Amino acid sequence: MTVLDLMSGFIAELRKAGLPVSLTENLDAMEAVKEIPIEDRQAFKYALAATLVKSNSHWRAFETIFEVYFSLRGPEHQIPSDMTDSDAELWREEQEMQQQGEGAAGSGGGMDSLTPEEIAQMLMQALMNGDQAMMRALARQSVQRFAGMEPGRPVGGTYYLYRTLRNLDLDNMLDKLMEANREQAAEELTKLEERLEKDEFESRIEQFKQEVEAEIRRRLVADRGAEAMAKTLRKPLPEDVEFMHANKEEMQSLKKALQPLTRKLAAKLARKRRHGRRGPLDFRATVRSSLSYGGVPADPRFKYPRPSKPELMVVADISGSVAAFARFTLMLVYAIQGQFSKVRSFVFIDGIDEVTDYFKSNVDISDAIHRVNTEADVVWVDGHSDYGHAFEVFWERYGKDINPKTTILLLGDARNNYHAASSWVIKEMQKRGRHVYWLNPEPRSYWNTGDSIVGEYGSFTDGVYECRNLRQLEAFVEKLA
Amino acid sequence: MENRFESVEHVRDGLKKVHYLSDDGIAGVVFLAQRLGKPILVEGPAGTGKTQLAKSVAEMLNARLIRLQCYEGLDESKALYEWNYKKQLLRIQADKNSDSWSQVQDDIFSEEFLLTRPLLEAISSPDPVVLLIDEVDRVEIETEALLLEILSEYQVSIPELGTITAKQIPMVFLTSNNTRELSEALKRRCLFLHIDYPDMEREKEIVLTKVPDITQNLADQIARIVRSIRQLDLKKAPSVSETLDWARTLMLMGIENIDAQEAKDTLHILLKYQTDITKAAKELSVDK
Repeated sequence: MTVLDLMSGFIAELRKAGLPVSLTENLDAMEAVKEIPIEDRQAFKYALAATLVKSNSHWRAFETIFEVYFSLRGPEHQIPSDMTDSDAELWREEQEMQQQGEGAAGSGGGMDSLTPEEIAQMLMQALMNGDQAMMRALARQSVQRFAGMEPGRPVGGTYYLYRTLRNLDLDNMLDKLMEANREQAAEELTKLEERLEKDEFESRIEQFKQEVEAEIRRRLVADRGAEAMAKTLRKPLPEDVEFMHANKEEMQSLKKALQPLTRKLAAKLARKRRHGRRGPLDFRATVRSSLSYGGVPADPRFKYPRPSKPELMVVADISGSVAAFARFTLMLVYAIQGQFSKVRSFVFIDGIDEVTDYFKSNVDISDAIHRVNTEADVVWVDGHSDYGHAFEVFWERYGKDINPKTTILLLGDARNNYHAASSWVIKEMQKRGRHVYWLNPEPRSYWNTGDSIVGEYGSFTDGVYECRNLRQLEAFVEKLA
Repeated sequence: MENRFESVEHVRDGLKKVHYLSDDGIAGVVFLAQRLGKPILVEGPAGTGKTQLAKSVAEMLNARLIRLQCYEGLDESKALYEWNYKKQLLRIQADKNSDSWSQVQDDIFSEEFLLTRPLLEAISSPDPVVLLIDEVDRVEIETEALLLEILSEYQVSIPELGTITAKQIPMVFLTSNNTRELSEALKRRCLFLHIDYPDMEREKEIVLTKVPDITQNLADQIARIVRSIRQLDLKKAPSVSETLDWARTLMLMGIENIDAQEAKDTLHILLKYQTDITKAAKELSVDK
């Protein structure tokens, strides 16, 4: 396969994964490839990334696809085609190992003859000493031995990864390493030193896991071909991850992405302030400037418009049906509160409570969320969402605080468990406030099905927006400002 | 365009000579940018050496560094060029009677009356220059368009004068702290480089090069502690420059071996929020 074919397949896959690769960027990449030899894999990877990936959040996706398409290039990454080669290679590694005086366990023959216990022992040694070459060799060996890969079997890489790691008992490895380290150390380690050692071992274990993963991927690519493999590895980009189904890792990256978004929101609102309509005539300043024109008011001056501080009220459903979204919502509230001075936040299930204080800017986000979940008084009867009751209480307690400058943000799926809707509250809110927006984490096609009454509420708001991922949230922010 | 670099290694060694430790990514992109004649958009957390990269490349190439600091409200007359109105007025008044109108008109819109601003200066310079457009995310999205012509064509069009094309292609660096999404048009014209916090090994090397007389042992400890702190969930993780400040402080205090108490006492150099400091102190078990 020529480089050109490989590249076009690669770029097609990037596009399929959702990366916006334009034609010019494609051409740039081709130019770049001419300058940097494909044999220098690291440099080659960065060259492609510089031309094709224009956002750091896309880097992960790019890297995965790159590994799939180019992992078989370059001599050191070639998978030996038959077993004799492999044996020879392992044997050579074994020799090297012995020279370093660390292969005590495997003195007879290749690694194939080792027992699982011995492999675990060797792995521990390697992790202990941070021995890169040994770790790589062990990763190979353990994949070959434990993963039980069968050609053509249609299972994902994670299955093999799980099987391999389970056999190696990596979970307990950290404790064992720490213990061994304690024994080895001449004197008692201080807390600080211990912590540092632990982080070091953690990063080594993580590195080993990645080696294993890479090895599995290499073998799978060799078995199924790059294109099919890339397809199974395709994951949504961070901005397309659904809030409702985000896993822990994805939540982490969402959190990172939120910060610039709220800053953007704040910047947009602030800018609107500055460039807004000019104020009324400033008489004093006009007369003063007219003196330089001999008393002719040639240069009228206007009062600087008084900056209106946007006030925001966030009312969020945190019931079980939107649990994952609620966590995200709270992160959003936290981030917004860092940017605006006047934000009040409320959470509800069937009762409602104000949680503004929990998010005061100096508090740690996880503490804040914990406090909301434990301390906020949001359960009235049974802890099933009751929008109607929550809204009524809201109106009773806080309705008077809504003024013409207030923007109200309602977050929830409007699944009301067939309780009374009390949509008059929303109507009143809209009358008294500046804007009322509703963000719904459900797909649009589910709206108004079952007990969802988003349509009824929605008719009184300034807009109901589907808000399932960052992209949609961003679009909403654009529209709002 | 002549090739200023032979290879990626050449770039890396060159940067090392001016005390900038690059990695494969940074050196590769700088090399590529020079070969393809494209600007580099550098993005990443604050204090990871984005601006320093441009400065170091300038030093390495022995080129002049022209810097355009971006801010909200930046406009043409401050970024590109401006007519020198006062001089033009003087010129008109100086020979009120002698010249015909058309001659004066031709005259006052010549290069003599043009005040060059950083962007124009960078492309009209006969010597090699490095142009640094700092914190490009601070300008409004509309102002970004100002940059597009110069970034893709290396030319500036002045209605009264015509188009000024670059005498030499400058190396252009744009830095961004990612406070907002840059426009597609701008991104498309640039090579993208994300500089993240360095890994432990590189951080140690950086400390060793930047802080004279520091011992291997101390540098190693510093790098390890900083890595552990960065893994915590903080409001603001310590940047490279803060690591260096910390290293210098420890040097001044004559500390050879960081123990828990000293680490705790100097944490405020690494971290800037009280909540972060408390958290780090607790996490590193030095607060017991």
